[in-house]
Amino acid sequence: MQYAILCYSDEDVVGSWTKEEDEACMARLLTIQERLHKEGRLGPVLRLLPTTAATTLRKGKDEPLVLDGPFAETKEQLLGFYVVDCASLDEALDIARELTEANPGPGSYEIRPIGIFHPWTLPA
Amino acid sequence: MTDMEWISQSLSSARPRVVAALLRYFRDLDTAEEAFQDACLRALKAWPKNGPPRDPVAWLIFVGRNAAIDAVRRSARNQPLPDEQALSDLDDAEEEIAARLDDSDYRDDILRLLFVCCHPDLPATQQVALALRIVSGLSVKQIARAFLVGESAMEQRITRAKAKVAQAGVPFEAPGAVERSERLGAVAAMVYLVFNEGYSASGGDAAMRLPLCDEAIRLARLLLKLFQSEPEIMGLAALMLLQHARAAARFDGDGAVVLLEDQDRGLWNHKMIAEGLALIDKAIRHHRPGPYQIQAAIAALHARAKRPEDTDWAQIDLLYGALERLQPSPVITLNRAVAVSKARGPSEALAMIEPLEARLSGYFHFFGVKGGLLMQLGRRAEAREAFARAIALANTTAEATHIRMHLDRLERETDDSIAGASPG
Repeated sequence: MQYAILCYSDEDVVGSWTKEEDEACMARLLTIQERLHKEGRLGPVLRLLPTTAATTLRKGKDEPLVLDGPFAETKEQLLGFYVVDCASLDEALDIARELTEANPGPGSYEIRPIGIFHPWTLPA
Repeated sequence: MTDMEWISQSLSSARPRVVAALLRYFRDLDTAEEAFQDACLRALKAWPKNGPPRDPVAWLIFVGRNAAIDAVRRSARNQPLPDEQALSDLDDAEEEIAARLDDSDYRDDILRLLFVCCHPDLPATQQVALALRIVSGLSVKQIARAFLVGESAMEQRITRAKAKVAQAGVPFEAPGAVERSERLGAVAAMVYLVFNEGYSASGGDAAMRLPLCDEAIRLARLLLKLFQSEPEIMGLAALMLLQHARAAARFDGDGAVVLLEDQDRGLWNHKMIAEGLALIDKAIRHHRPGPYQIQAAIAALHARAKRPEDTDWAQIDLLYGALERLQPSPVITLNRAVAVSKARGPSEALAMIEPLEARLSGYFHFFGVKGGLLMQLGRRAEAREAFARAIALANTTAEATHIRMHLDRLERETDDSIAGASPG
């Protein structure tokens, strides 16, 4: 089963990390990614830019509406996601647990089974 | 990262919203700041034990407000009772506060907090210092270091600024639409001042002052969250991101200025550029151009050019033209002339700036640009004269060194050509 592991946290707090703190965290996460990649269990990994850079297209009765900002105002924001291939939910939870340890502070990882996956690729 | 580090980061990222809400209750900067400090002390005790609250901002506002009310009551035992009126509107229930804490309420609070820092009687540097102290929560020591002054001098400067703000009174009533947009304009200008304090630093100073750029970008993101559809705020954030993205490439190892066309574009911060480009794209969709958006659009054209020779100078020339119409200024014309020299050649550019000389006679960059154009046109004696004036007007040693480099090259080439022209 393929899962998306969606990373939620408070982007204001994450945005206040120093460059060094941010880089150290990314380095820890990269170590995990490299191992999962070697094991053939890792698909695309994304880190999103702040929600202030987001635009939302909302379907209306007539023309869809283009709105500035993210889909919803929430305390925690979707900051990025991983696509992983796991035999079970427990395995996916193990990966999420490992990510939690590498990543300081509170926040949550939502594990969502993937319905359709087109592995189209773009250059990084 | 430890729990304590995480908590202190949560506290500092919550700070603007909490202090802004407390300022609404207490209408006094010092009381609001003290209440915030109190709430932070309690958070440092409570959060490691109980875990962080679901909504740290609401928690801090509630606790800070109660702490300040307690303080008023304690001192009331020794003093005549405070005016009942002053206390009565502080007695809202917790649920009501929680219910009121959505972004539309924070919006005017934070705008007010930033706006009191840009009081027109305060000189620009005091506005910046006050905002950094009160809104960003930088310590006096950090601010003093960024401004390259002593800690006690900065302490005095901030105290004086606070006194002036207190005297003027905090505008606590909710602003109308026109007033809100005026406040937003003043606040945007102040945020850009914070940025430029950091951006204009050079050489050895840069390392100490660059954090001001990060702070300004953080403030702009905060404004952007509250005013999601304001194209000028998008433009301001984009402009600062696109400029700051070049920080690592702007100076060489000796602290000398590296011009845009000579910069190693691999050193540019591509994540910041991506964010800046996304914001300017969003802004343009609103079809309400303004000075920040136009400047950001110019910076975006530089950022999009993979190599200097790919730069779309004709488009930059047009954008400066638009900026000149919105904000006529000889400095903008001077910048436009640089684009014109690339797009249409140095003689047109020189013709454009010559009429500015009287107004820019004390401006380093004017003589730097003029010298450069004259040099391209082979008018060496005049170029030398312009460069000499530029050096006399240089604000930093990095600027002077840069011009001296041109001057030295000019001298060498002149010597060569004299040698070549000698009778043989």
